[in-house]
Amino acid sequence: MDSITLIAIASIVTAGLTIALGSIGPALGEGRAVATALSSLAQQPDSATTITRTLFVGLAMIESIAIYCFVVSMILIFANPFWNHVIAQAAGK
Amino acid sequence: MRLSPDEMIFWQYGLFKLNGTVVFTWALMFVLAAGSKLITRKLSTGLERSRWQSLLEIVVTGIEKQIQDVGLRHSERYVGFLGTLFLFVALASLCTIIPGYEPPTGSLSTTAALALCVLVAVPFFGIKEQGLGGYLKSYVEPTVIMLPFNIISEISRTLALAVRLFGNMMSGTMILAILLTITPLIFPIAMSVLGLLTGMVQAYIFSILAAVYIASATRVRKPTPELNVKR
Repeated sequence: MDSITLIAIASIVTAGLTIALGSIGPALGEGRAVATALSSLAQQPDSATTITRTLFVGLAMIESIAIYCFVVSMILIFANPFWNHVIAQAAGK
Repeated sequence: MRLSPDEMIFWQYGLFKLNGTVVFTWALMFVLAAGSKLITRKLSTGLERSRWQSLLEIVVTGIEKQIQDVGLRHSERYVGFLGTLFLFVALASLCTIIPGYEPPTGSLSTTAALALCVLVAVPFFGIKEQGLGGYLKSYVEPTVIMLPFNIISEISRTLALAVRLFGNMMSGTMILAILLTITPLIFPIAMSVLGLLTGMVQAYIFSILAAVYIASATRVRKPTPELNVKR
C-alpha cells in the first residue's frame, strides 16, 4: 500500500470517527444543562431572564467542544496538509 | 466546495489579494457606518421621532441593559466596543439572506481578528479601571502558583472565541452547500433559517462572553472585612 492510499484511508476514517465520537459528550452535557435550567425555571420563574442568559452562555461553551471536533474533521477532509503534500509529490513526478 | 470566503478572489495584484472576506467585510462596514450616519443626522429628543431613530434607540438601549445585567455597572463606557462586536457579527450572519453573499465570519482570519480585539480590550479596560498594578495583581490571585494557569486561560479563552464563531458560521454555509447538491428544493431553506438562528445566537454569545471577560477584569476587589467579635 503506497503512502497516498494510506494517507487517504487514515484521513477519511479519522474524520468520520472524530465527529462521531466528538459529538456524544457535548450532546449529553447540553441535555443535562437544559434539564437543570428547566427545573430551576420551574422553581423560580421570576429570574427567567438570568437563567436563560446563563443557559445560553453555558450551552455555547459546551457546544464549542463539538465545534472543535467538527473543525478538525473538516481540516482532515478539505485542508489536509499531508494529502496536499503527497498530491504535489505525485503531480511533480 | 469552498471552505471559506477567503477562496473567492475578486481581484489580484501580485501579493495583494482582494478576496471575498475583505470585500464582504468592507460592504458590512459601509452599511453599518453609512446607515448610522444617515439616521443620526437629525436626532430629536422630543416626542416626534422617526422610526429609524427609534430602531437605533431600541438596539442601543437593549445592548446597554444586557451589558449592565452581566455586571458592568457603567455600561456606557463599554457599549461602543461590545455593541460594535454584536452588530458586526449579527449583520454578517443576517445578510446570508442576500444571494451570492458569504459571511466574512466564516473565515478564520475575521474571527481571529475579532478575538484578538477582545484579548487586547480586556487588559485595556482592566488597567483603565484598576491601574496597572491592580490589574497585574489579579493574575496572581488567589495564589502565585495560579499565575501560569491564569495566563493560559486568557489565551485559551481567546482561541475558543475565535474557533467557536468560525466553526458555527462555516458549518452553516457548508451544510447549505452540501444540501444544495442533494435535495435542492425545500430542505436547504429550512437549514438556512437554522443558520440564521445560530448566527444571531453566536453574535449574542460572542459579545456577552466579551462582556463577562471585561467584567471579571474590572470588578472591584474588596478586602474581606474582619469580624469584630465582642467578648
